[in-house]
Amino acid sequence: MKILTGNDLKTGAVVWWTGEFWSLHVDEAVDVGERAEEIMAAEEAARRVNVPYAIEATREDDGHVRPAHIKDRVRALGPTVRPDLTLKPQDPEALDWVI
Amino acid sequence: MYAYDQYDQQMVDARVAEFRDQARRRLEGKLTEDQFKPLRLMNGLYLQLHAYMLRVAIPYGTLNSRQMTMLGDIADRYDRGYGHFTTRQNIQYNWVKLEDAADILADLATVEMHAIQTSGNCIRNISSDHFAGAAHDEVVDPRPYAELLRQWSSFHPEFSYLPRKFKICVIASEKDRAAMRLHDIGIRIIERDGELGAQFFVGGGMGRTPMIAPMVRDFVALDQLVTYAEACLRVYNRYGRRDNKYKARIKILVHELGAEEYTRQVEEEFAHLLEQGVEPPLAELERIRTFFTDPPFEDGAKSVERSDPDFAVWVDRNTHRHKHDAYVSAVISLKPVGGIPGDATGEQMRLMARLAKQYSFDEIRVMHTQNVVLPHVRIADLPALWAELHEAGLGAPNMDTIEDIIACPGLDYCSLANARSIPLAQRISERFDKSGKTGKLGELKLKISGCINACGHHHAGHIGILGVDKKGKENYQLSLGGSEAEDVSLAKITGPGFDEDGVIEAVEKVTDLYLAQRTEGERFIDTYRRLGMEPFKEALYG
Repeated sequence: MKILTGNDLKTGAVVWWTGEFWSLHVDEAVDVGERAEEIMAAEEAARRVNVPYAIEATREDDGHVRPAHIKDRVRALGPTVRPDLTLKPQDPEALDWVI
Repeated sequence: MYAYDQYDQQMVDARVAEFRDQARRRLEGKLTEDQFKPLRLMNGLYLQLHAYMLRVAIPYGTLNSRQMTMLGDIADRYDRGYGHFTTRQNIQYNWVKLEDAADILADLATVEMHAIQTSGNCIRNISSDHFAGAAHDEVVDPRPYAELLRQWSSFHPEFSYLPRKFKICVIASEKDRAAMRLHDIGIRIIERDGELGAQFFVGGGMGRTPMIAPMVRDFVALDQLVTYAEACLRVYNRYGRRDNKYKARIKILVHELGAEEYTRQVEEEFAHLLEQGVEPPLAELERIRTFFTDPPFEDGAKSVERSDPDFAVWVDRNTHRHKHDAYVSAVISLKPVGGIPGDATGEQMRLMARLAKQYSFDEIRVMHTQNVVLPHVRIADLPALWAELHEAGLGAPNMDTIEDIIACPGLDYCSLANARSIPLAQRISERFDKSGKTGKLGELKLKISGCINACGHHHAGHIGILGVDKKGKENYQLSLGGSEAEDVSLAKITGPGFDEDGVIEAVEKVTDLYLAQRTEGERFIDTYRRLGMEPFKEALYG
């Protein structure tokens, strides 16, 4: 699947396109198919996102969305060396998911 | 230390106001990202992997307690409670919001700090010896010269759009503690026949094409220092490659022209500039020098009770000989076992500020090795200082050991990185601490970069590790034999790379070989140079 990511203009936070808004949680990302360019242009113009781009990802059997490249998996979680700063601070298996 | 005059303060305040307006216009949609990006980068504001990152300049790594306190307050107020000290003697904050960025710059301006020229193709923060003004072996304090060059290079209209970023280092000792020859311009102040002058080394650097800077002038009179630097920059600005980012650094120009031809052109330009009279009057250097006078040192104890073995190890490793025999420079390690190299919390920064005020005449230095120095500590005060550092988790006795690892932020934070650096540093320090080999290994500089840009100085590591992307997986190349010191050399790759576990095993194998093969007094780098690469390759790959 093809999903959209970028950084929130005001905060810089990593965000994912849900079909209606930008979420902090990659699992809420949706397959944008061929509409990536159109959505990115509109959202960037509306100042809701900074430097958006499309990436390849897969939806796992357990429902989690997993970006194809390690860099985007690290972006999705947060720094692997500071679990307290990640989006899944209490999940001991979070790093296994990223690496 | 240098204090702003009204012009300095006005310039910094004006820049804050200008940036506040630029950020407002970006947030209101009046500037696109393409328009805003060069403006934010001129103020050190990057967009990194997880958030905006702000890099703050610390000229030649010198701070006072008021400034360090502010850095800690900014960490708590605008970041997530910490800051990261870098290999450029700067600090950067990893979790900054665009809507707060101008407020941070305004807070910095209240303590004579800024983020100007910490990004972009301009002359960056000028670095120096972290023991400057305190070291027993310097011919003079190099910081007035660094400050003169800072003033000359700040907002220099001719050098604001160079082919690439440009880094200058000034030292004043035979011993190089600042990686001077791995800078675009490295300047060493020397004394010859009773006269001070400057040696110029030009065209060094790491990155994808590492080079050691050749000497282009062995003596420049100090009243011509800025003129000579300007000549070096002018030739680069005129002929440096602007068509290819990867060939744009001055090291490529010097390499392609040859040091001799580059020097010839610099000398020609220098002669021309001497006629133009671009050098600031000596009175300005003298004015600057008055800010770098010695604090009121007093005689006192030259040794200290060492019955506590932990304290004794810390004194042996983390203190450095001072020019006054009742004092030392004390290194505060930001490398606790298993920690993130260079990270300090807001609370730790405020503590370091208080300790500087209490024990070091209000002076602090940031090291390019991502540690902090209290430059002037009375030997008699060492037990009390160590007790406080130990209590705060800042007392790791590991300077210049295998646990004193330089590591760039890597793929955990940096948008350029291909592999993570910090987890390797954490695991290596834990492993060697646990095995008890750290002390046996003695001086061993291990440096890790998460990409070819070499922010972790892996080319200059006795042991260097470079993270690369191998078909979507992190892979680590091991290299041996680098040095950033006066015995400067570039490390060589051992062979095929390793996965994360594999490279840690590899580090253990090469250090075990060293322990088995070293002769009396040999450091790791000495043994490597004596034996050559082959035995190390054999140990690694069989």
